[in-house]
Amino acid sequence: MNTEVNEIIERRVVVSGAGQSEIGRRLHRDPLELTVDACLAAIEDAGLTTHDIDGIGTYPGPMDTPSGFSGAGVTDVQDALRLELGWYTSGIEQPGQLGSVVNACLAVASGLATHVLCFRSVYEGSAQGDKGRAGVMPGGGGSGNFRAPGYMQWTLPFAAPSAAIWIAMMAQRHFYEFGTTREQLAWIAINARKNAALNPKAIYRDPMSLDDYFAARMITTPFCLFDCDAPCDGATAVIVSRADTAVDLRKPPIQVEAVGTAMRGRPSWDQWDDLTTMACRDAGAQLWTRTELQPSDVQLAEMYDGFSFITMAWLEAMGFCGRGESGPFVEGGTRIARDGELPLNTHGGQLSAGRLHGYGFLHEACVQLRGEAGERQLPGDPEVGVAAAGGGPIAGCLLLTRSR
Amino acid sequence: MAEAPVAPPFRILPRVTERNSPFWTGGAEGELRIQRCQDCHEFLHPPAVICPVCHSKRLEFEVVSGRATVFTFSVNYQQWMPGPELPYVVAIVALDDAAPVRLTTNIVNCDPESVEIGMPVQVIFEQHDDVWIPLFEPSAAQAAP
Repeated sequence: MNTEVNEIIERRVVVSGAGQSEIGRRLHRDPLELTVDACLAAIEDAGLTTHDIDGIGTYPGPMDTPSGFSGAGVTDVQDALRLELGWYTSGIEQPGQLGSVVNACLAVASGLATHVLCFRSVYEGSAQGDKGRAGVMPGGGGSGNFRAPGYMQWTLPFAAPSAAIWIAMMAQRHFYEFGTTREQLAWIAINARKNAALNPKAIYRDPMSLDDYFAARMITTPFCLFDCDAPCDGATAVIVSRADTAVDLRKPPIQVEAVGTAMRGRPSWDQWDDLTTMACRDAGAQLWTRTELQPSDVQLAEMYDGFSFITMAWLEAMGFCGRGESGPFVEGGTRIARDGELPLNTHGGQLSAGRLHGYGFLHEACVQLRGEAGERQLPGDPEVGVAAAGGGPIAGCLLLTRSR
Repeated sequence: MAEAPVAPPFRILPRVTERNSPFWTGGAEGELRIQRCQDCHEFLHPPAVICPVCHSKRLEFEVVSGRATVFTFSVNYQQWMPGPELPYVVAIVALDDAAPVRLTTNIVNCDPESVEIGMPVQVIFEQHDDVWIPLFEPSAAQAAP
């Protein structure tokens, strides 16, 4: 493989704005309205108007099922705001949720667009209503004559419809090979909850102790309730802009330093070569080939926690600890705390701040790097951060810097 | 081989196609069938249209022993949908004589909390309409008290 790269093309790009809608467990609001709220907030944050936006990138695009998974697609937002687009994309076959932002970076770098609106919108809280997670399971929970097609045929017949089970099996294998424990895993959840206490938009903000964690009901071993993220309603948006437009922007932008999108293993939750790792292994390795920065330069890590173990996999994938060493790394919570060597999921992650599905991490990284995180702002004026999303055979990540 | 339960639980069934049919119907003859390249002898799963190793299209389903080893598992306590009685075990098993194929399945006919990584298991089939779902139970030697 030719590893010679003439230009790290994503460096032509900045994140110029970030915005969020109202976020709640069940808002029962029109998801398109939430989406537009987030988009307008991000556009305003960048100091732009809707007339400046000439691109849209989103994940996963319009999807009817599972209910609540996608609040709006490209055309919904384009028409709602009457945007004139030079480029757009959506889809679920991307390097994770943030793959849509990477696509936007490439579109801007290549000149197809100047200011791309990227968003992710969910209303899973309202959609599942009082039926719990069963209310939004694929296949309608087996109603009618539904038969599982494609990859679902390998999971649904075995009553394994949820990624909770698939990721739990990866965690179990990690426990087996490396001696990782539930007590170590717990610190991902406890750390998130501690951080969420400082985030007024977080879903769950009450303190959580190790005892609380162990008292929670088991979902699927080794995951208890607190290892699983909290479905919610809300939308997040960022604006990806050409770096040379920075002079026109309202605030100092965040530089995209490098991205990672690789998936070298089989696209499968059970045939993947090493089930103690995920696609983040490949995306993370690729990211570090595109920058002179090192893992030790990173001052904040906002990394996917759809289930707690996914964050452990990202910690290893990004080289913040050695392979198999994420358990000891997070144990006790000291290293990953706000005042630790690697502040992790400083908004509370999806575990406590709500399952905004990937974009919440990017939003938080931008807010922290700009010093606009309010009560939860990290001390020390951080300049380098990671935003990463995706679990299992799906992953995408960005390395972001302020004023380099 | 142990008999399938008298009243099997509700299961969402797979959409049977020409490509996957030998896998989902092999249980009618008590056979676990895995596709194999007839040129380079690689076992292929899920069923493919071309051997990804040598690009041969001479692919046939072969009967394998049904012996496997628990590669990883999870004891599920959550009611996601109508299904087996809680808790039930979802596992990924590695087929002993069809490496590198793994199957996601349920481990049945044992105490869910007794399942361990490395445990030897054996296929059994649970019939629903036109498909035979391959499940696994502790192998005879393992199950003996």
